[in-house]
Amino acid sequence: MNGMRLRGLMRKEAYEILRDPSSIAIAFVLPLALLLIFGYGVSLDARRIPVAEVVAHPSQLTASFLAELQHSVWFRPTVYPDRASARKALLDGQAEAILWLRSDFTRLSYRGGNAPIHLTVNGVDANQARIIQNYVNGTWLVWLQQEAARQEAPPAAAVIPDTRVWFNPSLRSRDYLIPGLIAIIMTLIGALLTALVVAREWERGTMEGIMVTPVGRTEILLGKLVPYFVMGMGGMILSTAMAVFLFDVPLRGSLLVLLGTAMLFLLTALGMGLVISVLARSQFVAAMVAIVTTFLPAFILSGFLFDIRSMPNVIQILTRAVAARYFVTMLQSIFLAGDVWPVILRNAFGMAVLCVVFLGIALLRFRKRLD
Amino acid sequence: MRLTFQRVVALSIKELLALLRDAASRAVLIGPPIIQLLVFGYAATFDLSHVPFVVYTQDQGQLSRDLIARFAGSPSFELLRVVHSQSALEHAIDDQAALMAMDIGPRFTSNLESGRPTHVQIILDGRDSNTAGLAIGYVQSIVSAFNASQIAEHQGLPPPAVLLDRAWFNPNLDSHWFIIPGICGILTLLESMLAAGLSVAREREMGTFDQLLVTPMGPAEILLGKALPGFLIGAAEGTLVILVAIFWFHIPFTGSFLALYLGLFCFLLATVGIGLMLSSLAKTQQQGLLGVFLFMVPAIVLSGFATPIANMPLAVQYITWLDPLRYFLIVLRASFLEGAGVSRVWPQLWPLAVIGTLSMIVAGKLFRRLY
Repeated sequence: MNGMRLRGLMRKEAYEILRDPSSIAIAFVLPLALLLIFGYGVSLDARRIPVAEVVAHPSQLTASFLAELQHSVWFRPTVYPDRASARKALLDGQAEAILWLRSDFTRLSYRGGNAPIHLTVNGVDANQARIIQNYVNGTWLVWLQQEAARQEAPPAAAVIPDTRVWFNPSLRSRDYLIPGLIAIIMTLIGALLTALVVAREWERGTMEGIMVTPVGRTEILLGKLVPYFVMGMGGMILSTAMAVFLFDVPLRGSLLVLLGTAMLFLLTALGMGLVISVLARSQFVAAMVAIVTTFLPAFILSGFLFDIRSMPNVIQILTRAVAARYFVTMLQSIFLAGDVWPVILRNAFGMAVLCVVFLGIALLRFRKRLD
Repeated sequence: MRLTFQRVVALSIKELLALLRDAASRAVLIGPPIIQLLVFGYAATFDLSHVPFVVYTQDQGQLSRDLIARFAGSPSFELLRVVHSQSALEHAIDDQAALMAMDIGPRFTSNLESGRPTHVQIILDGRDSNTAGLAIGYVQSIVSAFNASQIAEHQGLPPPAVLLDRAWFNPNLDSHWFIIPGICGILTLLESMLAAGLSVAREREMGTFDQLLVTPMGPAEILLGKALPGFLIGAAEGTLVILVAIFWFHIPFTGSFLALYLGLFCFLLATVGIGLMLSSLAKTQQQGLLGVFLFMVPAIVLSGFATPIANMPLAVQYITWLDPLRYFLIVLRASFLEGAGVSRVWPQLWPLAVIGTLSMIVAGKLFRRLY
């Protein structure tokens, strides 16, 4: 290891970055664009769901139920004259559920009760459909209690779940999507920045030029790593600043812990990019592998959107090899809860193991040989 | 005309050979889509299973035990442990040992037995708000079922009306049915964009594009020769993942293959066109890769793959009209689940065809600029 040689290599890499502005774009434009799109675009927050109502024989009873639906903040009910037109609306996406009260609804209800309220949802988006079913169910329970009160029957004793969501009481989706998104952006930056850099030198034949010089392989890899590490941290600081100042995501943990975690993660992500780059000698293969092993796993296997505990066991084990998984958990904790040390240490350990493995593979498999 | 045809075919064969000649690039084209579909297909689900929860109960009665048993017995939740203090409960949430905690007060059973409504506190970890939001729905449906059985047992009188749920197209509301066709769309997008997106950039970086330009081929011929391989690869990959979805994951295919393949054709027209457009703007493969990413990530996020488009702000909803994946996902889901024929998916086909034709024209113009 020689400080002067390393500096020389780093300067060469820096010139290469400056000459092809796409690296700078990866570090700064990518987070900017993605955070803006996500921050403003993606929301899992509830909205009024269009419901088609079909009432065969309107009566006071049906009116009281429908009024309950009308008052609810969850629904935007529209009356349809018959089931056929309501079905058409459901198929065309004009409505997401049909509520049908049969012509004998009132009669059945007064003669023994248990009059059926038919709720049909479009099950294609199963998650959305379940949410609608739950909202209607809640409305129905409220209505039952009101009916009981109105008829001066003894009120139905019921359990009322008092749900509190800690750390994000109003379930503002921005607050948890953005920390997760930062993890995904950093994964992309890390892999994109380094995935091509070694493969490029092989493909262009400039690796041979480096090989005839006395620099060692550690120096070559460090010379590749350090400039991109600096750029990646720049991207991280930009993303954090946008999250806090533009999107008002609370940062309850300390900035120091946040930056420390980010450094560890970036080292892991860059290390993974280096492994890809060292193993693949063509940029096309490196690009394919980088996309396949970074973005989609970070999107689907990190717990950012899909709950890891609900996945099959084999897949859960697989997620341990996805660095973003640890980073997503840590970021969500640091942003929304604070420095919760058990969570941070547990995940930092997992990430450190991955980091050592990636950098080790890169170093072992990188040889100063042409074949 | 015949000459044109021969030239286009010759160039396409050369392109395919360039992609498939190398064992590594062959492997990255064929292996990853299947592996990813298998892994992500199992991983990506909005159905919660075995979500750990803790209980702190001060009630000794039978009814609280019944309620806990309902939660513990549901496949969605798993009782981690019964804690004996408020602070242990808080600790379990802080450390992310449990996603949910139930706090049952001392008068739970006696309140219910004397006909008074009673509260149960449900605490959720909002750092993972997405899962917390889903869990609220599950909590509500378990508590409603508990209440309904309580009312039936204690009042003797049946309720005036009952709610009958039904879901079209996906009776068990299995979210895999929704997500796996979506993954098929994402993987098709990825493969076709990469094949097209790096093709021109690679030749420009290697300097072989100049050689193409001195051949008697016109810009339109080069464009077609470059587009055809991306098209063929996209179609082959698309078919492969659709077959895996049908035969491995047993997602019911109820619609018409004609509609699906018309959709695939128009979709590939758009993705290959956009890929070539980005590719001819890029001077190096790194720039090409960046372009593909800058297009692909928002295209996936805004496609309605995981978050409904209807939940996005109106301005962003207009942007999604430019997203080819948005239309293709609707075609995929409609032809898998809704039994749609050509006439049902027609509203999705023409925007795709328009985007495809326009992007091909722009790519042609950009090609001319390279002369």
